[in-house]
Amino acid sequence: MSDFFSLSVIVATLATAIRFAVPYLLAALGETIGQRSGVLNLGVDGIMLLGAFGAYYTVLETDSHLFGIFVGLAIGVVMGVVYAVVTVFLHAQQGISGIGIFLFGLGFSDLLFQELVGTPKPIKPLPTLDELPLVGPIFEPLVDLEYVGTLLFDHNLLTYLAFALVPVVTWLLMKTTFGLNVRAVGENPQAADSLGVSVTRTRFTAIVLGSSMAGLAGATLSLQLAIFQHNLTNGIGFIAVALVYFGAWRPRWVMAGALLYGLVTATRLKWQSLDIIPQGASDIAAMAPAVITILALVLLANRVRGPAALTKPFTR
Amino acid sequence: MKRMRTTQLVKLLAVAFALTLAAAACGSDDDATGTATSECGSDLAVELGDSVTDLSVAVVAPSAKDDVAFTQSMIDSLARLGIEPQITDGTFVVEEAAAAIRAYAEDGIDIVIAHGTQYGGSLVEIAPDFPETSFLWGTAEDTQGIENVYAYFPEADQGGYVNGVIAAKLADGADIGVVGPVEAGDAVAYIEGFALGAEANGASTSIVYTGSFSDVALATETAQAHADNGVAILTGTSQSAVGAVNVATANDLPWFGTQSNTEAWSSDLTVASQVYHWDVVISTMIEQIEDGTLGGEAMGLTLENGGLVMEFNGCFDLDSDVRADAEATIDDIIAGDIKTN
Repeated sequence: MSDFFSLSVIVATLATAIRFAVPYLLAALGETIGQRSGVLNLGVDGIMLLGAFGAYYTVLETDSHLFGIFVGLAIGVVMGVVYAVVTVFLHAQQGISGIGIFLFGLGFSDLLFQELVGTPKPIKPLPTLDELPLVGPIFEPLVDLEYVGTLLFDHNLLTYLAFALVPVVTWLLMKTTFGLNVRAVGENPQAADSLGVSVTRTRFTAIVLGSSMAGLAGATLSLQLAIFQHNLTNGIGFIAVALVYFGAWRPRWVMAGALLYGLVTATRLKWQSLDIIPQGASDIAAMAPAVITILALVLLANRVRGPAALTKPFTR
Repeated sequence: MKRMRTTQLVKLLAVAFALTLAAAACGSDDDATGTATSECGSDLAVELGDSVTDLSVAVVAPSAKDDVAFTQSMIDSLARLGIEPQITDGTFVVEEAAAAIRAYAEDGIDIVIAHGTQYGGSLVEIAPDFPETSFLWGTAEDTQGIENVYAYFPEADQGGYVNGVIAAKLADGADIGVVGPVEAGDAVAYIEGFALGAEANGASTSIVYTGSFSDVALATETAQAHADNGVAILTGTSQSAVGAVNVATANDLPWFGTQSNTEAWSSDLTVASQVYHWDVVISTMIEQIEDGTLGGEAMGLTLENGGLVMEFNGCFDLDSDVRADAEATIDDIIAGDIKTN
C-alpha cells in the first residue's frame, strides 16, 4: 500500500485518470447540450464508434491526425442530422431511436472495419505536446518538469481541447442567446415557442452540436489508443449519458464526474499492478468504477432536477 | 540381370530416401518439437490447405475472425485443414451466438463450432434438438454429457511457461508486466503458466486482470501502468491485448503473445507467440464424425501433440542460448519433467 502513496505513483495515476476521462468528457459535454434542449440521445456510443472508425481509417490511409479528427467530427455531424430528423421532425420516441442509432453505429463500424481493414493495424499515436511539429521543442522543458510535467504537459492536444471545452460549453449554455434558447426549449418548449423561439431549429442545432462532440470523442479514443476494433468504446457512450445526470446537466460537474470515473479506474489498475489488490479480487475491482458512479447517481438523484421537457417530443 | 536390377532398385530407393530426409530437414522452418521461426518480414497469412472433409462447417465466435487472437486461431486452423467455414463472428452477446448456432444447425450444417466457453449453456439447450449435427465447443474440458458435442481446450499453461522462461532470461532481474483479460479459461492458464516459468527463473511478475476480453482502453492503460512501474517485458492475452502491444512498442519493451502470432501487431518487439493449432484436434474429431461418432469426447492442445506451437519471431534478435533454454524447456515439459500448473 505504501507504494501507492509515493508521489511518482500518484502522479502517474492522476495522469492516467486524465487520459481515461477525455473521451467520456467530450461525449458527455455534447450530450449535456442535447439534453439541456430536451433531447436524450442514447445513440452516443454508436456515434462514437463511427467517429472512432472514421478517424482511425483516415489516419491509416492518409497518416494525417488532423484529417482523422476532422472526419470523426464530420461523421458526428452527419449522425446528428440523422438523429435530429428522426426525433425532432418525425417525433420518434427518443429512447428507442437512440438505441437504434447505437445499434447502427455498432454494426456499421464493425462492417466497415471488417471490409476495409480486417486485422487490426496500429496507427501512429497522437503526438503529445513536446512531439508536435514546430512548436514541440517549446514544450520540452515543461514536459521534463518533475511530476508536474507528467501530470500537466505530457498529453495530446485533444486532451487540452476537451478540458477547454468545459468553460466554452458553460459559456455557450449560460451566456449566449443560443444557450438561453436551448435551456428554454428544454424546460418549457410551448412557452419558448410562444415567445418566438424556434423549438425545432434550436433542438436540431443542439443535437448536431452534441453529436459532433460524440464523433470527436470517438476519434479521440481511437487516435489515443492508435487502434480500432469491434466495439472499441465498450459502453463509454452510455457511461457518458450517465455522467450528464451525475453532473446535474452542468459542464463543470460533468467534468468532475468524468475525472472521478477515470480516477477510480486508474486507481484500481494501479493498485492491481502494485499487487495492492489481490488477484482473486480483480472482478470486484473491475466493478468499482460503475458501482461508485451508480452510488453517486443515487445520492444526487433527489437533489437536482433535470430539464423538465427532457425526452418529450414537441408538437405545436 | 534380374539380380542386378534388384540391387540397382535398392540403391535407388536408398538414395531417394536420403534425399527425402535431406529435403525435409532443409524445407521446414521447425527447429525443434513444438517450435517454429517466422521469416522476418514474411506474410503471416495462413494459406488454404487441401480439404480433409466434404462435411460442411460453420463457426460462431465472440470476436472478429481476424482478431490476431482467439477467433483467428480457429479460422487459421480450419484453413490448414482446407476448410472455408461459414462464420458468424463478433457475437460477444451469448443470445446472438445461440441464435446463430441454432440457425446453422437448422440449415443442415454438419459441424457447428461454438468457439467460446460462454456458449456452453446455449449448447445444452440446442445440441439435443439436432442429434444429426455435431457441435464442437471450446474452450471446455468436458462435453456436459451431450453425445453430439466434442469439447476442445488448450493447455495454455505449457506455452505460457515457455514464454515465462524466455521472458525471465531477457528481463535480467527486472519485473515482468502481465495484462490479463478475465480471470478464466485459457487466459488464466496462460498467465499462471507464464508466472511459474518466470518465477522458476528468478523473475517476478505483476499480473493485472482488466475484467474485459475486449476493452482495449483498459488493456492499454494497464500496460502503461506496468511500464510506469518499470517492467522490462510485457505479455498479455485476448483481442484487447493489441492496446498493450502498442504500449510495448511505444516503450520499446519486448512482448510475448499467445493464441495467435502477434507479430502482426508488433513485428519488431514480439519475441515469441504460443499459437493454437486447433487443426490437430479438429482433424481427429472430423475423422470420428465421418465414422459416425458425433461427440462425447474432450481433446486438448499440448506441446507434445503439436497443438501448441511456439513461434519465434525471425525479426527479433533472440540470444541463441536463450533460444536453446526455451527448446530444452519444451522438451522437459513434453517429457513431464516440468509441471506448468
